Amino acid sequence: MAHFTKATSVKDWLNQRLAVEKLEKVMASEYWIPKNINFLWAMGMVLVITFVLLLVSGIFLLMYYVPTTAEAFNSVNYTIMREVDFGWLWRHVHGVAASVVFLIIYIHMFTGIYYGSYKKGREMIWISGMLLFVAFSAEAFSGYMLPWGQMSYWAGMVITNLFSGGSLHADGLVEWIRGDYVPAQAFLGRFFMLHVLLIPVAILGLIGLHFGALRIPHVNNQDGEEIDFDAEAKKYLDGDKAGSKVMRFANDFMSKDMMVVGVYLVFFFYLVFYNYGFAMDPVNFDPADGLKTPTHIYPEWYFLWSYEILRPFNIDLGLILFAFAQVIFVLLPFLDRSPNAIPANRRGKAFAIWFWLMLANMIVLTAMGKLPPAGIFSQIGLVSAILFVVQWIALPFITAREKKV
Amino acid sequence: MKENSRRGFMGKAFGAVAGVGAIGSLVAMKKTWDPLPSVKAAGFTTLDMSIYQEGVMVTEKWRGKPIFVLKQTAEMLANAKKNPKDIERLVEVDGSHYMVCIGLCTHLGCIPAFREAKNDFKCACHGGEFTASGNVQKVPPPRGFDIPPFKIDGGKLVLGEVGPEWQSMKDNGVTL
Repeated sequence: MAHFTKATSVKDWLNQRLAVEKLEKVMASEYWIPKNINFLWAMGMVLVITFVLLLVSGIFLLMYYVPTTAEAFNSVNYTIMREVDFGWLWRHVHGVAASVVFLIIYIHMFTGIYYGSYKKGREMIWISGMLLFVAFSAEAFSGYMLPWGQMSYWAGMVITNLFSGGSLHADGLVEWIRGDYVPAQAFLGRFFMLHVLLIPVAILGLIGLHFGALRIPHVNNQDGEEIDFDAEAKKYLDGDKAGSKVMRFANDFMSKDMMVVGVYLVFFFYLVFYNYGFAMDPVNFDPADGLKTPTHIYPEWYFLWSYEILRPFNIDLGLILFAFAQVIFVLLPFLDRSPNAIPANRRGKAFAIWFWLMLANMIVLTAMGKLPPAGIFSQIGLVSAILFVVQWIALPFITAREKKV
Repeated sequence: MKENSRRGFMGKAFGAVAGVGAIGSLVAMKKTWDPLPSVKAAGFTTLDMSIYQEGVMVTEKWRGKPIFVLKQTAEMLANAKKNPKDIERLVEVDGSHYMVCIGLCTHLGCIPAFREAKNDFKCACHGGEFTASGNVQKVPPPRGFDIPPFKIDGGKLVLGEVGPEWQSMKDNGVTL
């Protein structure tokens, strides 16, 4: 056993047992962040805060929600919304945060793509981040089932049908996933479990991995400059704070981070109090009815781009391209063959065009996914979906030809 | 060396125990997710075919899924007879012809709506269309409506039970 002495203070007592001072240094005051960054680097903290909002509001919703097909709808729309004091607040916070979290994730992702933050040792940050995206998607989908409204039911029907694999007709697999021929009690029960336990646990683990993946390569900067963090940290600690290229994570960088979080929270609660409607689909205020499909079934806005890649094709090709769209972002660090890890606009014309076209095309796909599949919108959707696939196939070729800048 | 081989043996012994346990628990987990016996037992529906009127689309329910029953009018039947792909899908009970189908789009499972003016079905989700006998008239659906297993019992139709007429439809690839 290590040698313990009589503690001189509470801090000393804790220090001897938990090394809190060392921990504080490793996690905060001597965790070094480059100075050459902008507000887009605060999106990680914005996501952490949004996740906390989801967790806290979820805990309060969980106390009154009843996961049975007979009572789920009323427990949300009557008990939580009308009977529970401030129940509406938790529901609207949860709904708005579930939607906004994807907006921030997309900003966070495209920031990473733009600045090349998935290259040169940062591959695991990117991969763990994309795994988080998958886990958040599963969390969003399973949560969408719980109010057991018309959109819950029909989204559950359509998405579980994807697992029949088109012409493979794996109907047994679909029935196994549902625990019934159609979404019913068994289905609601297991998606409730996934939403409140299994997927959140996976998310917490992945967040740990995502943060851990950041420790060794460190945070990227606006110029993609390779910084010798040990040397710069030494310079800082020796007193040359202005000359050093890095600063402490806490409280120095955190103060900037939390400034952005503050602005974000004002926007967030403006949505929660005055403009929550976008996160509450009116169709889902009709109770689930297995014998009546709503006129238009569309996913929430954050899934529209991949839904639009599924839609214009026959079922098998649609499913293959949908699967392609789901996994292709994960492979980005390996598809980008360029030696450059600098902002997209400085990597030469080809990649700059690729980046802005990808961003614009995903916005177009999102818009088309919302519109009914008819006339000119069908055709725009088809062209956009093909363009998306072509861009990804072209990526290794255009980046391999890129010259070292 | 002796130590190492002992540790190696212990490692392998634990691996064997853990492997058996892991396979056992996977089996239990898989079976726990299976549809319950009560769910499977409730899978039969009997339809009295004499109550349907020609040209009126009625939605019944079987295994939680909508079942489209459309007694064919003389005009629909005449149309269906022109195409062997259409006529082979119809069920004949007491001299009348019926379309009896699972009313879910074969694309991704939405319920198409019956359009009386055109005597066809249109799916709102992805724009698929079906004829009055249940065949595809516009993609994305990959095939016509599925026909539930049925057995003709006098003037009645038992859904969920396999009769010779349905078996021959299945064998001839009319339905899955």
